Amino acid sequence: MDILNALVAFLNFVFVPGLAYGAQLALGALGATLIYGILRFSNFAHGDTMAFGTMVVILFTWWFQSMGISFGPLPTALLALPFGIAVTAGLLLATARGIYRYYRRVKAPPVILVIVSLGVMFIMNGVTRFIIGVQDINFADGGRFIITAGDFKAATGLQEGLAIKATQGVTVGVAIIAVAALFWFLQKTRTGKSMRAFADNEDLALLSGINPDRVVAVTWIIAAALATTAGTLYGLDKSFKAFTYFQLLLPIFAAAIVGGLGNPLGAIAGGFVIAFSEVTVTYAWKKVVGYLVPADMAPEGLLQLMSTDYKFAVSFAILIIVLLFMPTGLFKGKSV
Amino acid sequence: MSGAQMTAKGQGNSMGRNLALFAAVAALFLLTGAMQSWNLALAILNMSLISAIMALGVNMQWGYAGLFSTGTMGFTALGGLAVVLVSAQPVPGAWAAGGPGIVLGLVLGAASIGAAILTYRRLPKGRSRNLGAAAVLILGLIVFRMVFDPAVMAGEANDPATAGNLGGLGLPVLLAWPAGGLLAAAAAWAIGKTALGLRSDYLAIATLGIAEIIIAVLKNEDWLARGVKNVIQLPRPLVVPYEVELQQSASFLDWAARWGFDPATASSIIVKLIYGALFLIVLLAVIWLSETALKSPWGRMMRAIRDNEVAAEAMGKDVTRRHLQIFIIGSAVIGMAGAMMTTLDSQLTPGTYNPLRFTFLIWVMVIVGGSGNNWGSVLGGFLIWWLWVMVEPMGLWLMQIITAPMGEGWLKSHLIDSAAHMRLMTMGLVLLLVLRFAPKGLMPER
Repeated sequence: MDILNALVAFLNFVFVPGLAYGAQLALGALGATLIYGILRFSNFAHGDTMAFGTMVVILFTWWFQSMGISFGPLPTALLALPFGIAVTAGLLLATARGIYRYYRRVKAPPVILVIVSLGVMFIMNGVTRFIIGVQDINFADGGRFIITAGDFKAATGLQEGLAIKATQGVTVGVAIIAVAALFWFLQKTRTGKSMRAFADNEDLALLSGINPDRVVAVTWIIAAALATTAGTLYGLDKSFKAFTYFQLLLPIFAAAIVGGLGNPLGAIAGGFVIAFSEVTVTYAWKKVVGYLVPADMAPEGLLQLMSTDYKFAVSFAILIIVLLFMPTGLFKGKSV
Repeated sequence: MSGAQMTAKGQGNSMGRNLALFAAVAALFLLTGAMQSWNLALAILNMSLISAIMALGVNMQWGYAGLFSTGTMGFTALGGLAVVLVSAQPVPGAWAAGGPGIVLGLVLGAASIGAAILTYRRLPKGRSRNLGAAAVLILGLIVFRMVFDPAVMAGEANDPATAGNLGGLGLPVLLAWPAGGLLAAAAAWAIGKTALGLRSDYLAIATLGIAEIIIAVLKNEDWLARGVKNVIQLPRPLVVPYEVELQQSASFLDWAARWGFDPATASSIIVKLIYGALFLIVLLAVIWLSETALKSPWGRMMRAIRDNEVAAEAMGKDVTRRHLQIFIIGSAVIGMAGAMMTTLDSQLTPGTYNPLRFTFLIWVMVIVGGSGNNWGSVLGGFLIWWLWVMVEPMGLWLMQIITAPMGEGWLKSHLIDSAAHMRLMTMGLVLLLVLRFAPKGLMPER
């Protein structure tokens, strides 16, 4: 029985990776949920928006690196992030004006907007592949670890090491800053309040003199910021590949729906629910259990509920369970 | 002019327009044949026929019933799996090693899900019900893994380099087409039972997930269809000869010499023509059945539900049940087309299934052709598939013209290398243009 080592193994293999992944999903889901709440459709191009934004960040990162600019122990990509957000926001505003505005004006049903977003998805996907290609790209630089497994073992004398990657620390830090800024904006500023009013009741908001074009534009800008940040953090933590970002659509929407579509707080909770379930179900628990039970009872199998290849099944199962038993999500979102 | 005459004239106009559209698409294929090669034109045509059937399936779900399902890729892949399960030769070694265990495991797994649902239904509402159903599920999972895992290990260990799977039944491959439809229908029933009746966006996300899961199963369950090791050399339908056999037959060589054809080209064209004839028969049968269904009272009811669910429900129509019905039928059509595609390829390669190509491209076909119009879906299938294949060389050609004045350098080579990705952009552009300027598609629903 060795509770400390079991705890460290749990933190190292389940909690820390789950926390970082959850923060990335939460940021992605926040963007999707904002668009749903204010523009009233599920944006299928969100995954590809993340890919596009991350691509711009990578291009700026390479440029900075070629000029010898670095961010000390932090990844250079963080310096490039504002530029990536600006370019992505420009692109999204262009799609809002050039494509979506017409459908808002003719009051097209939401499902038509979803199909329009499929068209945007194709184009964004094509542009990203056209500019940066389809290969795996690693663009993390700066420090590699906050704590390495070796240092942790030496410091504590435990058998198990706890490694925290710099990118995991950066992810959580940036996510906290982004979420705090977003909630401050939505709660305290005039524009944020008008956005919430618009989401609650469009007609009433219009009657009170809120400028809908302004609300829509600000929503797209915030969505661009969240998507680019989420994509960059995910890419730093793992790696960038256009197709993987498209596939993130499923866990992101699962997170947004589980939390309650249209509810920002729910999106964050949903992101962590999905991330921790995915990691927990696909982790082989042999090591942790091995520390907790007497040596002669140690398990022979891996104690892995599902192989990692089925991680989509986890988000999907949670999605279905939530939809069947509480259709508006954990936090009250827009109803069915 | 009386109203009846006016509609007759209007129909005449739209009929002429539709014929002109089909003639234009036919001209595209003829032009490809004349300018490039007839082999290429026929290869595109065969895939277009299959795409048209898939588009018909999606059109049933979306055009007749307004269901937004993004699971097309999954049903296509299930059809492909059916080809392996029906027509591949059985692998006796694997059956002996793990077959009974795998089958028993699957039965136990299904039984535990059934038992959990039963527990949930029988127990009174409350915590005991939730915990009881969860306990049954967890217990079922443990038993399932205890029986299933060792059997899978044993089965996959059997000659992993060439087999490692249980194989199929060794039946004629044409039987796999309806089997693919049935397999897809069964999956659609399970999905529809849980996800239909939810809002449209939720169904879209749920089906997107199902499709990814189906592909993950095909990629990872080696005992089923060898996973990413692929199943190759699936048999052809009996009526389709092999090119090599044709080239060795004296009568064929005679015939080719008499007409002045090159035997190699002629044999591959004949094989493609026979495939094309088979696919055409299926396409015409599906279109005839769906046109008949659409004109029947059942079809009118479907459209009534699509146009106003609340009113249809007030008239006593069971909307969710009808949705489930059409979702299953449409998925079965897609599954059958998926089986036909795998038959044409003679191989199942789970790694090549990609939602952009197998789900969203079919959607582009339906929207561009005209939602709710069967002939429109067929036109969309032909036009969009032709475009999908031809955009790549056209994009390359365009890029070469654009970059011709540039000096040699990384930008020029990058632009030329990336030309292949133009097809995604083109599809997006076509979709957006049609949605904006002809929202009812090229052939609007009458």
